Amino acid sequence: MNLIYAAGISAILAVGLYLLLSRHVVRMIYGVMLISACVNLVIFLAGRIGANAPPVMAAGETMLAEGAANPLPQALVLTAIVIGFSLVAFVVALALKTYRRLNTLDQRALGEAEALGSPYVDARPHAGAKEADR
Amino acid sequence: MDMLQTYAVLWPVLVPMAASGLCMMLWHRPGAQRAVHLAALVLMLLASLGLLRQVISQGILALSFGGWAPPFGISFVADGMSAALVVVTGVLAMAIGVFNLASTRQRHVHNGVYPLLLGMLAAVNGAFLTGDIFNLYVWFEIMLITAMGLLVIDKTRAQLDGALKYAVLNLLSTLVFLLAIAILYGVAGTLNMADLARVLPEMESSTALVVSSALFLIGFGIKAGYFPMFFWLPASYHTMSIGLLAIFAGLLTKVGVYACFRVFSLLFAGGEGLREIIALMAAGTMLFGVFGAAVQWDVRRILAFHIISQIGYILLGLAVGTAAAFAGGVFYIVHHIIVKANLFLVAGAMYRITGTYDLRRSGGLVRSHPLLACLFAIPALSLAGIPPLSGFWAKFMVIDASFRGGAAWLAGVGLFVGLLTVFSMSKIWIEAFWKPPSFERRHVRRVPLPMLVSIAALGAITVWIGLQPEALVQFSQQAAASLVDPAGYQAATFAESGAPVPVTGAP
Repeated sequence: MNLIYAAGISAILAVGLYLLLSRHVVRMIYGVMLISACVNLVIFLAGRIGANAPPVMAAGETMLAEGAANPLPQALVLTAIVIGFSLVAFVVALALKTYRRLNTLDQRALGEAEALGSPYVDARPHAGAKEADR
Repeated sequence: MDMLQTYAVLWPVLVPMAASGLCMMLWHRPGAQRAVHLAALVLMLLASLGLLRQVISQGILALSFGGWAPPFGISFVADGMSAALVVVTGVLAMAIGVFNLASTRQRHVHNGVYPLLLGMLAAVNGAFLTGDIFNLYVWFEIMLITAMGLLVIDKTRAQLDGALKYAVLNLLSTLVFLLAIAILYGVAGTLNMADLARVLPEMESSTALVVSSALFLIGFGIKAGYFPMFFWLPASYHTMSIGLLAIFAGLLTKVGVYACFRVFSLLFAGGEGLREIIALMAAGTMLFGVFGAAVQWDVRRILAFHIISQIGYILLGLAVGTAAAFAGGVFYIVHHIIVKANLFLVAGAMYRITGTYDLRRSGGLVRSHPLLACLFAIPALSLAGIPPLSGFWAKFMVIDASFRGGAAWLAGVGLFVGLLTVFSMSKIWIEAFWKPPSFERRHVRRVPLPMLVSIAALGAITVWIGLQPEALVQFSQQAAASLVDPAGYQAATFAESGAPVPVTGAP
């Protein structure tokens, strides 16, 4: 059973890594999202999957009943999902803003940061703003 | 007063976090935001000094939250290294707060620079103080999202481009870090660092543990800018506004380094297999950082590459792994945060005068601004490790420890890189200060007073550490002793005295 889960998770990870290697920013974000989902599943698996009773204590009890699921990975995954959601939301907004300003999301064409203060641009006082090697 | 002492570990995080919320509520009142921000920086500095005093007098402090006993709930632990880093954060934030009085633009305030900055400081302090590995991940993420907000504060084209690169690689690093936590939890069944330090040495070495420790090294390595994972740093840092860049350069990579020290001293002390890889990474970080700087002409880019090469020296302390090397690492981090941020602040002042960051276009500053030239010389010579300044003692401790620890080749690389650092610093000195100006200005522009005050204050700290190193050397040796031997850390976490809640059934 665990082996099937592991195979599924590694397939998701492989797809995520493949997308991350793409040159297009939107595909890279998809890659990050898939890797994030895969890591969440690993946390689940680390808490041992098997029991199927929900980890809820009856009134008056002080311990979980026998056969209840492990609640800690669930709490961790919930936290990780919330954090991942907010970060992805931010990066998507950033990508949208970048597209509006720079008209491209192809990493080969995004060279603004690299051009700023580049040592290959001739910046002698009287050479004018000639830009070489971009 | 009693409450102040009981929760001493909490205040350095709570103060900036509360102030960040307050600033958000005062969104449309920039003046009030600035006042809250300055008050919060003063309070944070006082809180961190109070914490340091208590750690020195009482030893390691711990605090558990929510009425949960240590291995189950989240706890904050302050040992010597944490307390020292929190104090340096407080000092640096204060100095840069003063500097930013003169450099914060209206559009920065309009885009929320104060709440973001305070949130980031809270996250940095939280990462230094937490005693729970999953909680460390949460602080890393808060740090990441506030840092990305600060990175695009001007919304220039270069900033948007740089922020995309920063975002993708740093998201990957936190995911790798989280994966390492997941595997570690699967093996050890606990997330509390003190509890992990108790459980892990008794376990047999397994593939899962090796994979987990390697993933920790990669995750923190991207964050800290280790070779060969530092590429996001020179691709994005130089696009930032200079006052914010100084705080990024001083603090953010050092949080990754701190996490590395914590995890590899407390949890994987026996991780001998990684030690050689870490040594290679340290050598690569030093060399590639300094060579990258050598070709640059933009001050911000030169200094950004020097962040990387200096990180290599700190990593050297971890690679050698003896108590003396750890002490050198702690000393180096404290010295480096102050000096590196100060150099960026000087670069900001130079920009204010010459209107350019490009060294080829500036010049003549030693004649027009002799005071600024002196203030540049202090951190620059300290970074290169020239004797009477703090950098000399930091480099001496690290390199001496690597000779004694049987890693003479690493010490050799360190000395060689020190030489090249002198080259870079003298390049800035000759181009910006010595050579005749490329064109004469009719009116000489002056450096605003807040800028000079903060640069001079950080310079004074550098000189003071350089002339009186014994106190800090002793302190970092004690901090290193508690890093090498986790017994004290565990005892403090599980002790009842540190916790304000009644602890029942500690293991």
